[in-house]
This record gives sequence, C-alpha cells and structure tokens, in this order.
Amino acid sequence: MSKNIKSISNPKLKLEVLTTEEVQKIHDATLWIIENVGVRFPSKRALEIWEANGAAVDHEKKIVRAKPQLIEDALKKCPPKYILAARDPEQDCSLDGNHVYLGTDGCGVEVIDIETGQKRTSQLSDVRDISRLADATEEVGFHWVPVSAQDVPPEARGLHEVRAIWENSTKHVQTESIYNADEAKAAIEMAALIAGGKDKLRERPVLSLMQCTAPPLGHDGGSLDAALLAAEVGIPTGFMTMAACLTTGPVTLAGNLAVGNAEVIAATALLQLACPGAPVFYAAAQTASDLRTGAYTGGGPEDFLFGAATNVLSDFYNIPLSMGAFATGAKDPNWQAGLEGAMSSFMASVVMSDMLLGCGFLHGSRIWSFAEMMMDCEIFSIMHKMMKGIVVNEETLALDAIAAVGPGGHFLAQKHTRNHMREIFLPEFMDRRPYSEWESKKDDARDWALAKARKKLKEHQPDLLDPKISAEMAKIIKSVEKE
Amino acid sequence: MSEEMYKEMAQSIIDGDSDKSVELAQKAIEIQMHPLDAITKGFVVGVNYIGDQFGKGEAFLPELVMAGEAMKAAVATLDPELRKLGEAREIMGRVVLATVEGDIHEIGKTLVGTMLSASGFEVYDIGVDAPADKIIGKAIEVDANIIGMSALLTTTMVRQREVIDELEKEGLRGKFKVIVGGAPITREWYEKIKADGYSEDAIGAVKLAKELVGKE
Repeated sequence: MSKNIKSISNPKLKLEVLTTEEVQKIHDATLWIIENVGVRFPSKRALEIWEANGAAVDHEKKIVRAKPQLIEDALKKCPPKYILAARDPEQDCSLDGNHVYLGTDGCGVEVIDIETGQKRTSQLSDVRDISRLADATEEVGFHWVPVSAQDVPPEARGLHEVRAIWENSTKHVQTESIYNADEAKAAIEMAALIAGGKDKLRERPVLSLMQCTAPPLGHDGGSLDAALLAAEVGIPTGFMTMAACLTTGPVTLAGNLAVGNAEVIAATALLQLACPGAPVFYAAAQTASDLRTGAYTGGGPEDFLFGAATNVLSDFYNIPLSMGAFATGAKDPNWQAGLEGAMSSFMASVVMSDMLLGCGFLHGSRIWSFAEMMMDCEIFSIMHKMMKGIVVNEETLALDAIAAVGPGGHFLAQKHTRNHMREIFLPEFMDRRPYSEWESKKDDARDWALAKARKKLKEHQPDLLDPKISAEMAKIIKSVEKE
Repeated sequence: MSEEMYKEMAQSIIDGDSDKSVELAQKAIEIQMHPLDAITKGFVVGVNYIGDQFGKGEAFLPELVMAGEAMKAAVATLDPELRKLGEAREIMGRVVLATVEGDIHEIGKTLVGTMLSASGFEVYDIGVDAPADKIIGKAIEVDANIIGMSALLTTTMVRQREVIDELEKEGLRGKFKVIVGGAPITREWYEKIKADGYSEDAIGAVKLAKELVGKE
C-alpha cells in the first residue's frame, strides 16, 4: 500500500457478469458499428490521422468508418500497465490490474458550504478545500477536478483547477476539465514543471486526462485535440462514455454497452495510430435515463451492472479502466445515496476497476457535499474489507479457542480474539449506540461525517508545492487568459 | 365516416406511428376533410391523451416523444393545405432553440424542441455551436416569442449570458423571453444572468414556455 493511500488488491471475491462468448459478441457488434455506422470525429487532425491509416472518412459529416483490422491492430499497441505518478512518488497509483483506487468525483457546479450548510455556486476555493481534504484522506488515491472554479475565466479555468489541486495535495491529478488544445498545451507545460521536464512526463505522468465522448457515437473536437497532445508526451488519457439507455444509447443494456464501447475503442485506437504505445485507459459511466423525464442522475440497477460489465470489456482490450461509481440522484446524503454508492462501488470493485470515480457528489454529480465525501470513503473502506473475503486456515478456524471456550462460554477473553480483533471492521459512521443515547442526541452519520471533514480541513497541512513552480504555473495560466 | 377517421388519427399519435399519421393526413387531404378538423378533432386528441397518461405516470418519455414526432409529421403534411386555404393552425408561440457557441451537446435541447412542437409551439431549432448573432438573427427573422438556449459545460454556459447582454445592447431584450437549460444550469445562474426562466427537464420547459406566452 502506498503512503496514505488505501487501495483494494488481491481480491478474494469474484463475479461473472458476462461470459467470454458474450464479451466477444459485444466486441463484434462494436466493430460492426465502427465499420458500418461510423463514429464522429470533429477534429481536422483526427480525421487526417484516420485517413492516413486507411479509414473511410466523410469530411463533411466528420464521420469515420474503419475496418475491424485497423481498430484491433491499433488496440494491441496499448500498454497494459503503467503508473499514475504523484507529486510524492510514494503515492503513485499503479494501474496494473491488481489495484482499485478511489478518486474524488467531478466536475460539479454547486457545493453545500461546509460551514453554512447552504448550497451555492462552486468556486476555486472549493477546489482547494476539497483537494486538501482528499490529500488527508487515505481512501482517496487520486484527484479529479471535483467542482468547476466558476469564479475564474472560462478559457483558463481548467488550468486554475489543476494548479489548485497540486498546491494542496501530493497525490496524482486527473482532470476531466481540460478539453481544448490551448489548455492542454499549457497543462502539459505545468505538469512538466513538477516532473522535471517534458521528457520526464512519460516516466512520471503527474497528470492524466479524461475526455468525455459525445454519445451516441461522437466526440468533441477539442477533447480529441487535447487527447492527441497528451498522448504525444506520454500523459495517460482516457475516453469516457456516459451513454444512457433511452436517450443517448439503446434502451437495452447490451446495445448500450456496444455503443459506448465503439466510442471509447475508436478514440483509443486513434491515439495509438497517432502515438503507438501511448498510455491510455478506458473510462465509462453508463446509465439509464429516467423513464419519466429522460434525466441523467446516475444510480439504479442498470448502473451497477454496467459497473461490472465494463471492466470485462477493458480487460478484453487489456487496458486499465476508470469506472464511474457512487453516482446518485439523491439530493441529500440519505438512503438512496448510501444504497447507490454501495452497490455501484461493489460491482465496480469486485471486478477490479483500476480507478473508481468517485466520492463526494449528490444529484447526478452536480452538488458537492463534504459529508457525502466522507461517507463515500467509508463505503470504499467497507469494499476494501469485503474484497479480502474469508480466509480459511488453521489459525482462522480457531479450533484451540473453540475448545477452550467450550459449549456455553464466550470468546471475549481469548488470546485468539485479542490477536485478531482488529481485523473486524470498525465503522465511523454507523449507528450502533444504545437507543437512549441516540434519543438524547438525535444525530447520525451525516453529522459525524461533516464533523470529520471540518476537523481534517482545519488540521491538515499538505506538503507545499515549490513556490517557484507555483509562480511558473501562474505565468503559464496568465498567458492563456484573455485580456 | 369522419368520426371513425378522427379516432384512427388519434390512435396513430397514441401509437407514435409517424407513417400512419402521415398516411391519415394524406387521406384527409384526398377526401377534402378540413385540415384544421383533422388536427383539432383527430391528431390533437391523441396528443392530449398521451399527455394525460404521462401526467398520471402511466406513459413514459419515449411514448411522449414518439407521439410528438407523429404529430409533427401529420401537421407538416397538412400545413401546405392550410396555407392554400389561407388559414393557419393556432400556435402557442414561436420558439428559437440553440445550443450555445462552443458546445455540441444538444440532446436535451432537441428533446425540448420535440415536446414544444407537440404542445403547439412553432419551433426553429438552429442546432449546435450557435453564436449570439445567429441566435438573435433567427429570433428577429421569425418574430419569435421565446429564445431557448442550452449548454452542457460550465465553460460554455457563460455564452448564455453573452446572448442576453447582446439583446440588451441592441435594445431587443424586451422583445423576447429568454429561457435556459442544460446540466450545469441552476436557479442561481438563471437569476444571475437575468433570463426569464429555466427548467431541469423537457416537460418543465413546456410548462415554462406556456407560462411565458400567457397560455398556462
């Protein structure tokens, strides 16, 4: 385990959500879609790369149709393992298929203020606070930009956000908020300052990019350009599909998986055609739209199934996965939030999704709650415990203790008990008090989680970023901002 | 005869069957049924039925959208006849819809368009990545009552404000009601940019539009 980071590894639990034949069928369907229906790539550079590699390109509609062979050959060049480097190398995340790391979710637009409890528009200071809290929280392995810094200029917002995280934490930064070439270039320069040069980024990628696809079967031009720039310097890049049954994807789960898969693997293949061997990852947060309103909120049984199924797909392509989890439509940290957080994180963890996104949100990843973040982290800790499974050996069968206690005794005074008692999960936010104690206080998990967040935020001092680097970053940001 | 056909027309909308609704609209023209009768006594009855079922929670969004598209197809078939007669269907109002400059995410906006036209609005959807002058130009051209703008990104939602500022500058703000939507759009934002309303989903957008044209 890395310093100050808790990750799931060597799981004993297993789940078969798709058979080998079913995965092959989804893969074949995906290749059929890419060859016959096509995927939209609205980027001049992307279209040129496709054309140079023999794909059929409709320049007017910006739709690419590629033969299965082209896609499959390109995907073989993806590195199966690499690290997400942290400012503190002891906090690197190893994407090796045997670790699940939790990240903070992103990118919200409102925050429930930690002091007043009022919901308000998110700002740069929130990015700082959340990063600092995440730095102090062992369940969090890496950062996403948690909320949008809406008080800084939009053209450089993504840069202010990553700088704020680096200044407040030594853990890896993955941004989902840089989606054009100008900001990507600047972000690469900023990352290079930490890595010790642009040529060091391949070895120490302290930044990674996540780009959203535009389902069904499309991409955003700026995202593609940003991803291509990142791939050139070895900054890990992933494409995330959020295809939603009913609206942006077919109503049936298999069809929805195929559409999302086509978006992700086509873009992944593009990066490999441009920069063979570039570190890439698969990212997904598929869901089903609400039958009544068409709304996206995340959560529900379809979400949970997608969480497990997508990892089978990314394993098929042998690339790491970043899986959306903890999505909830709940407006308050309540029953629904707990249920959806637990089920989605279980399904994505049991299949060993490398990155789990993420903790902290309510209302379909729009509203940040510090209490929700802490409670999501406890859910992750429960998953961490469960994945260890049940160990069966002479010591754990405890026959000596059983014999010593005999029928009708108790195990509290046994040495065996004392030796192993700390293996029992000790919750921070579960109410196991006597009824009378609860009655006198009427408080619950939400209060304790909020108190924990407040305390950590007050006390935790992260290792400072070298002020010189910080000042250099400020200069880079300034150059991107309009007058 | 007519009664029977009105029922069939309504049913084609309830079934969300655009082929059938167009076929019935053509048949209405052939037998010289008054196009306004075909619409109000036939097709609209189906739209209203689905709307009621939806309100009760018994019909779902896909049924509503399919009914909306079948309705749109039938009306488009009847429209030339109406014009020949020098008549027009009574409309709720004219709406210009766009996804703002720099943003290509339009599914929600398109859905709002379908629901508005099914509810009797005349909708001009100018698509994605639409700069302020294009949106305002279209609104002037069609004499719109409402301008509706969507944005998915926090970096593009600022364009909604630019359009409103531009309307102010040109002295046109009082001429149009402006409504905004999209995942990052909150009450706070719509109040801040002084829009006339916002909605979190397509159903709410229809209600809002009706209120703004004084028909709710």
